Amino acid sequence: MMRRLLVVVWLVAGAAAPSLAFQPPAAQSEYVPVKDLPPVDQLPAAPLLVAAYSFIWLAAMFYLWTIWRRLGRVEAEMRALEQRRSHSS
Amino acid sequence: MFARTALLVLRKDFTIEVKSREILYTTLLFALSCVLVFSIAFVKEGEPLEDAAAGILWIAIEFAGTLALGRTFERERYGETLRALLLAPAPRAAIYVGKMLGIVVLLTVCELLLVPLVALLFRSRLFEEPVLLVALLLTGTIGFAVVGSLFAAMLVRARTRDVMLPILLYPMTVPLMIGGVRGTVALTQTPVDQASAVMWIVLLLCMDAVFLILALWTFEPLMTE
Amino acid sequence: MRKAFFPLLLVTSAMFAYAPVVIAHADYESTMGLVQKVMYFHAPSGMVMLISAIVCGVASALYLWKKDPAADRVAIAAAELTALFGLIVLVTGPLWARKAWGVWWVWEARLTMSFVGWLIAVGYLFVRKYGGPGSDKLGAALAVFGTANVPFIYVSVNIWRTMHPMTTVVPTLQPGMRGAFWFSALTIFMLYGLLLAARVHLERQRATLDQLYLAEED
Repeated sequence: MMRRLLVVVWLVAGAAAPSLAFQPPAAQSEYVPVKDLPPVDQLPAAPLLVAAYSFIWLAAMFYLWTIWRRLGRVEAEMRALEQRRSHSS
Repeated sequence: MFARTALLVLRKDFTIEVKSREILYTTLLFALSCVLVFSIAFVKEGEPLEDAAAGILWIAIEFAGTLALGRTFERERYGETLRALLLAPAPRAAIYVGKMLGIVVLLTVCELLLVPLVALLFRSRLFEEPVLLVALLLTGTIGFAVVGSLFAAMLVRARTRDVMLPILLYPMTVPLMIGGVRGTVALTQTPVDQASAVMWIVLLLCMDAVFLILALWTFEPLMTE
Repeated sequence: MRKAFFPLLLVTSAMFAYAPVVIAHADYESTMGLVQKVMYFHAPSGMVMLISAIVCGVASALYLWKKDPAADRVAIAAAELTALFGLIVLVTGPLWARKAWGVWWVWEARLTMSFVGWLIAVGYLFVRKYGGPGSDKLGAALAVFGTANVPFIYVSVNIWRTMHPMTTVVPTLQPGMRGAFWFSALTIFMLYGLLLAARVHLERQRATLDQLYLAEED
């Protein structure tokens, strides 16, 4: 009983310690306005365009591949069935 | 014959429910819990966010209604009475209408408690135009019950029926919810935006009509094996 | 008909591979620049999603009332493609929106409608897969309701919000963009047709297999 209590206390302390030690980052003291986003922050459009195009290509190919795979399974079963029938007859 | 069958089914459900009031009480309490949970998200520094009350009301109705639907048809499935109902020499569509009316009555009773409570808890002036509010609630609830009863009846034999009902019902009732929420928001404006509210009520009425006709058409082929 | 499949697939793939060239040569849009070029695939995918949803709805209605099994096969194929092209629309759209509007997503008319429509299509697929006995009829009813819902979703969400490019953009495209657009649109439409045919073929083979099993049991 005593040992179980000790284990529980130890676990709770272990869980609580990091949350007690955590210090939030120092808050920002003032905002600085700026006219235009610096070029490094402006979003380049090309990666988005390429990502969109590749996604369509990949999605279509993936779907076609799943059809092909499912079709393969169905046709394999059909062949197995045909074999069983020709064996038994 | 049709109306009599529907009313008989309604009376059957009503009688069973009045005895135990199980579904009514649990649905009500669930709706209250929903309202509580939403208050955590939509109350900022003790003040409810603008127009939050309308959304909370309709979401609580939708969630509670989904549970009520599931449990009503679970009762049928458990007692195996659904098959008996379908075997009865009565028009199947009438059975559907009877069950649908039962859900409408159940949800209306819940709303009788829920609406004043939401108005109170979120300090919302919901009762500026009581007639329009009642019309809005009624059309929205009927629409939800029409679609929900059909889907719940369809899903009775499915193993995953508990989770499939919300998955199917929520996207399908999006226009109903939009109508209900935006109509309620229009009714809580100062001054009350009557024109918008009436427009939403009319739209909801059209939706109810279309869904009901569709449901009556599809119930028969659906329940036939 | 079946023999035409692979050649057409090759042609479509070639068109798909060539499309970036065509799109690159098209005029830039004045306010959005390069990223607007996503439209050449995004808009036709949207059109295909709607067409596919209608095909699914009509096929489901036929199945529910005429009990035609071929209609059911077309319905499930069309539903899968609605989900696929819906996903394409819902991914390429935000990629465009991030640059054009500054945000990935906005709860406005067209986007909300597309999202709801996609959820209904996915719900249909779930019903077919996990619905248990009678799920084919269940799914058919869902598709019929979904299709009937489209005008209401359209009206209700439209009254609610609007920010997306209007439907007038496509008919009024300038000559510099028109060629690229219709080339891309044709590619997407052909892709849709081919995928639909392939998927229906798979269903037909499955039905044949079921028949064989049943015949074996007798």
